[in-house]
Amino acid sequence: MGEFEVHRVRFFGLVPAGVRCLACQPRGGRLALARTDGAVEVYNFAANYFQEKVIPGHETRSVEALCWAAGDRLFGAGLSGDITEYDLALLCVARSVDGCGGPIWSMVANSSGTQLAIGCEDGSVKLFQVVPGGIQFERNLDRRKGRILCLSWHPSDTHIAAGSIDFLRVFDVCSGQTVQRIMVNYHVLKVRRECIVWSIAFLSSGTVITSDSFGRVQFWDWQRGTLMESHTVSTSAVLSLAVSEKEDSIIVGTSTGATYQFQLLPVKMGSLEKRWVRTKPFQHHTHDVRAVAHSSTALISGGLDAQLVIRPLMEKMQKKGYDAALRKFTFPHRRLVSCARKARLLLFQFSQHLELWRLGSTDETGKDGEVLPLCRMPEHLVQLKSKGPEHIYCSCVSPCGSWVAYSTASRFHLYRVQYEGDGISIKKVPKVPKLLLPAYQLQFSSDSGSLFVASARGSVHVLQLLEPGGCKHLHTFRPPSGSPEAVYLLASSADGHWLAAVGGDWAIHIYDLKCFKHHCTVPTYSCAVTALAIHPVTNNLVIAYSDQQLFEFSIPEKQYTAWSRMVQNCGLHRVWLERDSPITHITFNPKNPSHILLHDIYMFCVLDKSLPLPDNSALLMNQSTLKQLPETARQRQLHAFKICKKFQPLLFADLLDENCLVMVERPIMDIKTQLPLPIQQKKFGT
Amino acid sequence: MAALCESFTLCGLGPSGGVGLGGGLLALEPGPDPDHVLLTDRGRTATLFKVSDQKPLGCWSVKHGQIITCPVVCNFETHEYIAVHDDKISELGLCSCHTCFSFFPCKLPWVLRIWNNKDINLDKVFKATLSADVYRVHSLPNGGPVVLFKGGGVRTLDVLLEAPQQEIENIISDEVIKWSEAFMEGQQPVLIFTTEKDGDFFVYIQKLKMNSLHRYKLEQQELSKPLSFTAYIKNQIITLLCLYSSDSVYKVLIPLQQNTEEEEQILSKSLLLNLSVSGSVLKGTSFVVLDKDHVAVLGSLAASGEESKECLTIWNTKFQTLQTSKELPLGTSGQLWCYEEKFFFTHGKVLTVIMYKCETSSLAAAVGKLKDSQTPDVSSYVNWNTLGDEELVVSFQSQQSVALKSESKMTLRSKRNTVAKVQPDTLSVGQLLLNLKDASTTAFEDELRQLMSKAQMPDFQATIGCVITALINRCKTNPKYYPRNFLLQIVQTRDLSYSLCPDLMAVALEKKDVHLLQICLQRFPDIPEEITYACLKVFLSISEAYLQRIDVNLESVICYIDIEFNNKEVKTEIVENGFSAELEQDIWDTKITKETHLTCDGEFCPVGPQKAALLNAVLHSAYSETFLLPHLKNLPAQQAVLFLRYLYYLYVKCSEKINTTLPGIRSPTINQIMDWMCLLLDAQFTVMVMLPDAKELLSNLHKFVRAQVRFYSELNKIEGSLRELQRLNHQKDSQTYSIEVLELI
Repeated sequence: MGEFEVHRVRFFGLVPAGVRCLACQPRGGRLALARTDGAVEVYNFAANYFQEKVIPGHETRSVEALCWAAGDRLFGAGLSGDITEYDLALLCVARSVDGCGGPIWSMVANSSGTQLAIGCEDGSVKLFQVVPGGIQFERNLDRRKGRILCLSWHPSDTHIAAGSIDFLRVFDVCSGQTVQRIMVNYHVLKVRRECIVWSIAFLSSGTVITSDSFGRVQFWDWQRGTLMESHTVSTSAVLSLAVSEKEDSIIVGTSTGATYQFQLLPVKMGSLEKRWVRTKPFQHHTHDVRAVAHSSTALISGGLDAQLVIRPLMEKMQKKGYDAALRKFTFPHRRLVSCARKARLLLFQFSQHLELWRLGSTDETGKDGEVLPLCRMPEHLVQLKSKGPEHIYCSCVSPCGSWVAYSTASRFHLYRVQYEGDGISIKKVPKVPKLLLPAYQLQFSSDSGSLFVASARGSVHVLQLLEPGGCKHLHTFRPPSGSPEAVYLLASSADGHWLAAVGGDWAIHIYDLKCFKHHCTVPTYSCAVTALAIHPVTNNLVIAYSDQQLFEFSIPEKQYTAWSRMVQNCGLHRVWLERDSPITHITFNPKNPSHILLHDIYMFCVLDKSLPLPDNSALLMNQSTLKQLPETARQRQLHAFKICKKFQPLLFADLLDENCLVMVERPIMDIKTQLPLPIQQKKFGT
Repeated sequence: MAALCESFTLCGLGPSGGVGLGGGLLALEPGPDPDHVLLTDRGRTATLFKVSDQKPLGCWSVKHGQIITCPVVCNFETHEYIAVHDDKISELGLCSCHTCFSFFPCKLPWVLRIWNNKDINLDKVFKATLSADVYRVHSLPNGGPVVLFKGGGVRTLDVLLEAPQQEIENIISDEVIKWSEAFMEGQQPVLIFTTEKDGDFFVYIQKLKMNSLHRYKLEQQELSKPLSFTAYIKNQIITLLCLYSSDSVYKVLIPLQQNTEEEEQILSKSLLLNLSVSGSVLKGTSFVVLDKDHVAVLGSLAASGEESKECLTIWNTKFQTLQTSKELPLGTSGQLWCYEEKFFFTHGKVLTVIMYKCETSSLAAAVGKLKDSQTPDVSSYVNWNTLGDEELVVSFQSQQSVALKSESKMTLRSKRNTVAKVQPDTLSVGQLLLNLKDASTTAFEDELRQLMSKAQMPDFQATIGCVITALINRCKTNPKYYPRNFLLQIVQTRDLSYSLCPDLMAVALEKKDVHLLQICLQRFPDIPEEITYACLKVFLSISEAYLQRIDVNLESVICYIDIEFNNKEVKTEIVENGFSAELEQDIWDTKITKETHLTCDGEFCPVGPQKAALLNAVLHSAYSETFLLPHLKNLPAQQAVLFLRYLYYLYVKCSEKINTTLPGIRSPTINQIMDWMCLLLDAQFTVMVMLPDAKELLSNLHKFVRAQVRFYSELNKIEGSLRELQRLNHQKDSQTYSIEVLELI
């Protein structure tokens, strides 16, 4: 098919923030995750664990606990002492209430989701009522000295167990009194070390499970105050604990990066007596596992090494499929890199700054696999620091390289960049139009003449860019039937005629930029869109969904193309469908209209529509086989998917020109070296 | 791997012989000749079958109204048949027996009959009326029949027939005999039987000649009881296997040499096998022992939630695995017999015979990983296009002959019929070798050479093994015969292994054929440590003068031993690495004369090149320390010192080279040298301490090793620094940016 000159970029110094807490939506298909930088993410189980929503972090807003209440409302609490409710449609903080108890270490909702209990630094446990439009302080429970590190409601909502340092307490919710106090280091009194109860769970049987800094998982009878079982799983702390809904299995995470499953099993076959048995150990993490969750079919753990690991329970799996695969997420499911094709610039988005780089060049050519000598090194042009505590939502560089835009939760910035020889001057565009913020996605038109701003409630703003450095608001597109969800993906056509926008409801709207009206809606497909792009020649919209399906929709004809129908009839290759990371970017080769270039974290693929689709018996990744075949024999083996797995983990890939690619990799080892040494970190007290 | 082969029907069964509880046959006993069985049904008939012909040879019935009460057996010595039946007629008041002339109803309704093949009418054959009910007659191959009465009394048939009316004692009171079996232990028959009373099981062992009886109680087991027993005798120990209703097979060991007359010893049992496999449980009804590792169990396999299916299964007790099973959808009577590698059981309305094969169990076979050796289909080696028809038959046949060795005669018979047309030169290897047994030496060797020249034979390896075995057998029977060159040629040109021809090296050792041993050591991957040691000992003990006359492959020594080693004028080389032992001479060392110094400092080879080459072959062979060490302890002191001296020499030679490897083909590596040196020192520790000649050697060796250790510790330091440098270099390599060429096809 051809040779590419690949700019292999490994200087994007992204270090994803560690996972701080996880919360499975009760009886729902979503997982909320909070990172150490305050970012909150929502993963959708039904959409193949797609990272559906991201609320970027905030310098002062640490999240120590997340919980779902009243169905699908998500609350967070942290060391700032505030209880925060997130707006999952607008992807921002909806409201914030001071807990009035100092830093909050833990927060749990009761089983009906009507009450929140928070555990505070000052040793108090406070109850809040979840009411429409916010939360209301209800009462304080019996307050004693010692910070409350973890809480758990009894499933009947009558009692709350609270873990503290050296002891755990059980409160009666009605009276608010402490009805039981259990010293957890009773058996190791000779050790003059405090024992921190890191995590606690209250089972309906009356058993309280604690995990502590001595590496123990203990099972207590709360009424008698006795220890029933104690399992030492680690020499260092057991930091997190989660119970399955059926209360027959728990997962614990330790500070050595190991996770263990405990299962309640009969002592003998058929016996009624059951005991907790440590069954499966896993070592997926290198650092503290601060958060674990137990869904009905999988063990989920998140570590300070920024990995989210979803380990399916094979005994719950009916068949081998997408759900049965172990998956590890380290990188976001959206792109943090944008590329100025013409100017050969890359813009990297970090949590609080942007970096603009110019690619190097070579004047040599070579054969497959060769590394070419550089005649110009890549150049770090400019670093743009975002002011304020807010993290960046999105950013973009224009194809010509002379415009850079980014948005935070409350501010939108547009810069004019000018290149004078080797020098560079950057000028902020004053008086940007007042828009509904934040912007969730930014996209310049291919002629760099306008900027599309994805905004809340399904709207997209069109800004016209003016020389030498200004802009004006031209139009705002809104879906004809309205939508509560924010737009998170944009694609514009090369001829400046069409704009496609995807909102949180996964509906794809196509707008006509010539006459500023809604053109059509792509037939709904009940899965999350992970990437989309409009073909520069045919104006076909190529859509990748999180279930790995690919669709091609002809915008002028308002219908799926014949090729797309053919793909749906034949079905994609089994191996393709079983991949576990979503396509994050799609681009095209204008010189080769039949080619679609797409990539996920682990592979780069050129999809040649002119070639037959592989059937399941064929080898999907056949590049290395093809290379060994003589020219004549290759023809019979060719199929549409040309997959290259050389570049991993691949954060971004784009076509610079006809046969020049840029690949942005972020080697895991480079991230590991940025992390602290994997040892237990003591956060407070000595 | 155990496998069930084809099955066939022996005969149909009458209405009483069908499936279900209480159905089936009374028993199936071996007949007077191999391949014959004697079937006793639950009525009044006994039938003799020739199994492979599937046809009855004879059938005898008692009178209407009478019933055969215990299985008809064959007296193997006289080829007579023995049956016991009741005598209903006498109960009517008219006793017809010869022994009691009473008009009262007969109290002795048990009649023993003996007849032979020629008899037709059982009423007219020999008859003896017995005074007690017989449980069973056991026929022993060399001991004559033994009669077990229901009261536990035992008589040999001879003794019984002397006085048929003799009083038979009741020794088990109201216990009921469940099962019995008889063995020959040495010259005396031993009878074992089990009884039950109120849920307790007892085991009786009766030694007839010694007239001793032992009674044991079987260890109780809660909630389950034995359903079926089987036993075998080995090394004066009876192994009793019990199939329990808890779906397990237990093993009970009963020593025969029991002198104490204690009352009621309790026999403890150990779990041998759990009849469950991946969730389903086999409810066994009867079982037989096939060999030391295999049992066959007939029963119903019930998976949870599924209907149970009757199955015949073979289990490996060593690895606790189900080896094979066969479903019997028509049902069985729950009885299973096994004679001459055939299972007999009722299946539906017929008596079915299944042949089986049981091979030595290896783990690979037990878990089913071993390639199934019995696929007598088309060989993958045969190229149908190039072989003519006749050749084709040859290769096919020769392959079959090996594969079929373990198969039943029956299949062989049928196969033989199809081959009968083929020319005599297509005889299988086994037959050919058999024919050559008495041929003259030259003819014998010629034939074998010819046989080996058919290189494209598919089972060539096995053929070579047979050829060598034949040669070795000939050597053993004829001490003067030793085809040195022929054996050498075979071993040199073929990829053989020790296990393919285990006796070869033993014979070579006996004949002191060191050249053959050298080749074997170099080529066989699986020589037992015992043989390796034997080779070492022979090599060390053979005189240099003898060796000089012998042709030995010297390629492993030629490059580093100066063949003219006798020339003491050879200038001592300076050890290259600078830490020569000579630099470290202490006072003790100076006492040593120049003469001994020369022989002990490792500069000169202490053995001749031939011996060195042979020793190198030993050094090269594979071994396991644990198995070699006990043998090495037996090495005579002088030989041990000589060997150590040689190892020391090799060590010094190795150290001369910067890469510590000796030049030449198949020369020992430094690791092999060091391993053997350590092993030898371990094994001969006391000898080395005591022996005066070893003292200087050890001292020199120690100094040399010490010097080397210091040298290497210095190297260690350098390595650390170099590694650090390398690491720094490497860091620079991991570029953050490169432009590469990628080709997609």
